[in-house]
Amino acid sequence: MERLKLVLQYFQSNSESISNGICIVLALVSVKLYTSFDFNCPCLPQYNKLYSLGVMTVPPIIFFFLGVLVNRHTGVMMDEWMRPVGNRSKNPAVVKYLFSAMIQRALLAPMVWILVTLLDGKIFICAFSMSVDPGLFSGVPNNTGLDMVRIMAKVPCKEDVIFQNSSFRKAVSRYVRCYSQAVGWSILLFLIILGAMGRLIKPCFEDHAAFLQTRYWSNYLDVEQKLFDETCVLHARDFARKCVVQFFEDMTEDSILRLPHPSFISKVGERWEEEEERLHGVTKQEQMDQLLNKWYYGKPELDVTRIAHRPRPCVTWQDPGGRTLYSDIMAPA
Amino acid sequence: MDKFRMMFQFLQSNQESFMNGICGIMALASAQMYSAFEFSCPCMPEYNYTYGIGLLIVPPIWFFLLGFVLNNNVSVLAEEWKRPTGSRTKDPTILRYMFCSITQRSLIAPALWVSVTLMDGKSFLCAFSINLDIEKFGNSSFVKGMSETEKIRLLARIPCKDLFEHQEIRVAATRYIKCISQACGWIFLLMMTFTAFLIRAIRPCFTQAAFLKTKYWSHYIDIERKMFDETCKEHAKSFAKVCIQQYFENISGEMQSLHRHRSGKDDNGDEDEDKRSDEDKLLGIRAQDDMNKVLWNWHTCKPALALRKDQMDGENNSKLNGKINEGFNGFANGHPHETKKREWAVYYSK
Repeated sequence: MERLKLVLQYFQSNSESISNGICIVLALVSVKLYTSFDFNCPCLPQYNKLYSLGVMTVPPIIFFFLGVLVNRHTGVMMDEWMRPVGNRSKNPAVVKYLFSAMIQRALLAPMVWILVTLLDGKIFICAFSMSVDPGLFSGVPNNTGLDMVRIMAKVPCKEDVIFQNSSFRKAVSRYVRCYSQAVGWSILLFLIILGAMGRLIKPCFEDHAAFLQTRYWSNYLDVEQKLFDETCVLHARDFARKCVVQFFEDMTEDSILRLPHPSFISKVGERWEEEEERLHGVTKQEQMDQLLNKWYYGKPELDVTRIAHRPRPCVTWQDPGGRTLYSDIMAPA
Repeated sequence: MDKFRMMFQFLQSNQESFMNGICGIMALASAQMYSAFEFSCPCMPEYNYTYGIGLLIVPPIWFFLLGFVLNNNVSVLAEEWKRPTGSRTKDPTILRYMFCSITQRSLIAPALWVSVTLMDGKSFLCAFSINLDIEKFGNSSFVKGMSETEKIRLLARIPCKDLFEHQEIRVAATRYIKCISQACGWIFLLMMTFTAFLIRAIRPCFTQAAFLKTKYWSHYIDIERKMFDETCKEHAKSFAKVCIQQYFENISGEMQSLHRHRSGKDDNGDEDEDKRSDEDKLLGIRAQDDMNKVLWNWHTCKPALALRKDQMDGENNSKLNGKINEGFNGFANGHPHETKKREWAVYYSK
């Protein structure tokens, strides 16, 4: 449990590592989903290709959209792209940087799915068993009365009766799987060469100084949005507190409720004073009922200017000549 | 638990040990990937060799390049190579050292894949079953009548358990090739270890002093880059905080420190946030319309990236060094001083 906390703490240390963490989690989910998925080739000529290509393309698209949705940078990027210019000029390089970062992260889980599919081979066999030339292999079952295409379409299904005691099915499966793995490794190699070249050659072509600026401002936008949201939440809390206190105080001015003693001349002990303050003068059941009623039927307006500007007790020291030496405002209620 | 924490902290403490950690993880990933990968020899004469040797060579190349991609030092190396000289001279020995260390770390996962593949033997079996002399392995009367191509096709099927009928011959041939494969594997491991030993043992005989210097400066470059990134992030945070505060103030039209700076005159301006009253936390926004304006303008008219200097002096002076005018507003010369707002106090009586 503590280990998990430590790992989570490391990943939360900054927004970029959260995005990386989510990206890796999605990739692992994609692998797990593939291994637990019960792949059921229909073994019929019309549907084989459709089913397999569907299984090979639809989950990656879903993972891609999930990756885009879950990434924080998507919101920041869209916000920066769509905002009106206002007082702050727009920098297209920042939007491009955020976009490419988001796309790279979103593409990982789909690529993992496609590569695992290819390296495993089941789906390729299902899709392309009909395209294989049966003459390359010996032992074709020719006593079943079915035509060649239908026999080839049945190759992915192990349990099918026509392939009992025949090595034909296994030979064809191996052949297609070999192609599938070759395609998978080629794609992997291509991607990694692209990545390595990008890493090695990029500094030769890009303007590194501009890149540093772009990176700083993208991070700034992200931090700014987070801080703004936090500030709004805190502000809302204080606003609400003041509004509710104002409401309670308004209620005490009602003719039915009695006015409370001003707190600073009350001689009772401190703790008692606090509790009395919190009651806001409401001490009877009818008062409370009326207050709750009013809260529902007549919510107060959203303006706490009055409570914010109420008079505060202030102690002032003057010298004998009457000039103010020091003014001390007591803490607000 | 503490051990885990210490290990984690140690691994993160500097880039080199972090890279060692990544290198170890990649080696484990390489072994795991081999065991998870379903090796399926095509058992056809035209493809066996390509498949077998391909699986021995292509994944190591992939792991080697992956080591380059995952290693942050590659960017550091490339930047150091490409940067304009400026006030700091460039030292080619540092570049060579960094390149060597990156290459050495990237070679571990491929070496592990090759050793595991050779020890397992399937790859060799697939690639070289055609070259076997089948007479050596037992009763091979069934090949007497076969043509050359048929013989080769038969031999190509040896790696496939389910395609080759004569089990004793298949088992015998498999053992033979596996034995050769394992011998190659051990020789390969021995060579790699010996080479590493030679490099480690002999290098100190030459240029040890220069080596210490090179190692120091390459670590320095790495740490400097990391600290610069961290400083930029901290700066962005403080920048954003002050920017948002000034934005709220602009909308509300009030100076935030209405009462605070009068009562806080004797403190030295290092206000703790917790001591701020509720009143101050409202940042001057007290009505629904004002808040709506705050939120509306946040999208339609974001504030300029230029902080007012008078506000800064009281607040985060320690964090924001110098002029904050590198924003893309191009405020190179302008100081956006606003005229000092007049403080007023209005007391409403109840």
